[in-house]
Amino acid sequence: MKAADFAYEKPGNLADALALLADPDRDASPLAGGQSLVPMMNFRMAMPDLLVDLGALDELRGIAPGAAGGLTIGAMTRYADLEASELVATHAPLIAMALPHIAHAAIRYRGTIGGSVALADPAAEMPALMLAMDAEIEAQSSQGSRRIRAAEFFTGIYDTALAPGELVTAIHITAAPEGRRFAFYELARRHGDYAMAGVAVAATGTNRADPRIAFFSVSDRPVRAIRAEAALQAGDAEDAMAALDEIDFAGDLNADARTKRHLAGVVLKRALGRL
Amino acid sequence: MTKVSMTVNGKTVSGEVEGRTLLVNFLRDDLHLTGTHVGCDTSQCGACVVHVNGEAVKACTMFAAEADGAEVATIEGMANSDGSLNTIQQAFQDYHGLQCGFCTPGMVMSAAALLKENPKPSEAEVRDYLEGNICRCTGYHNIVRAIMAASGQDVPAVAAE
Repeated sequence: MKAADFAYEKPGNLADALALLADPDRDASPLAGGQSLVPMMNFRMAMPDLLVDLGALDELRGIAPGAAGGLTIGAMTRYADLEASELVATHAPLIAMALPHIAHAAIRYRGTIGGSVALADPAAEMPALMLAMDAEIEAQSSQGSRRIRAAEFFTGIYDTALAPGELVTAIHITAAPEGRRFAFYELARRHGDYAMAGVAVAATGTNRADPRIAFFSVSDRPVRAIRAEAALQAGDAEDAMAALDEIDFAGDLNADARTKRHLAGVVLKRALGRL
Repeated sequence: MTKVSMTVNGKTVSGEVEGRTLLVNFLRDDLHLTGTHVGCDTSQCGACVVHVNGEAVKACTMFAAEADGAEVATIEGMANSDGSLNTIQQAFQDYHGLQCGFCTPGMVMSAAALLKENPKPSEAEVRDYLEGNICRCTGYHNIVRAIMAASGQDVPAVAAE
């Protein structure tokens, strides 16, 4: 064992989990699939005093059609469940496109959508998909629940708009308008590794109206390229590529910021070719 | 300490573990099932793959407490009841799918999970499924051939590279 010592609780219902997470005297962390958190704890990059295992909360699992079209996905729904879902393939094709790139089969049996969104790893696919789909993230605490737009949710490296004691409980994906198209592209050193750079794109019709361009693994958070979207809306893909300087590129172990800037152009060009 | 109880290779086992005890440590240190290996400890290499409720997972990236109540299968439970190697294990021997053997338990457990999900995978599907299992000896070709043979399909020639 390599993680620092912690207390372990596995509550049987959401209310008990929220009560445990609300304790101001303890540094409590929720445990979803653990595919990022457990290695981080083994490296002692994360050292919670209390780990609240959400594994028994079946109420947080499942994929259902949303009230106004679209989808509602429980936070504890695993990647493997998303991969097997016809609803996801139909209503959230970006998720279906990205899943084969997310780690390996053995990790997709444990990793969850809510865990990835809440962790907000800037190199992970799922947060950028939330931006490209204009998803809403439902957060609950012992005080109540609220929905946070993806555009306001990701605030920095591993940082989100969640308040202390708040837990991501569901992802709401709005219904895509008729003719909405999606494309996904990432570059990784080996398939299944974290990407060196990647992008999710959505737009409507052959004239690419109302585009969304969301990058991951290029900055300290998933980022929308607003000016590139405007250029694409105006019909100029070359201008969209040039407009990427608006992004605050940040280097990592894979590549420096200049290389990230270059790779962002490469992945966007390839994604637009698939749109 | 947390009390855990689970089924491992068909037998009910229980123990007291710290919250931070990884499933792989519980299997190896408490149950003395040392066939499950610890390679990288960071879910990269796949040497620790076991089945939890029938699905392949990395036992170094799961706490033992999370497996409370689960059905766990390890390499020790793979052989036939008379002690002979099962189809996948025999194919690894027949096709020389191992050299040092360190990755082999994880390879066999991943292969078993794949064939349960997809009994007749293509060669590409085998290679894709094994991307979470690293072997530093074989160059993978013979592992892929062994799994194709275990699925009852024609075994591809070693790629000419």
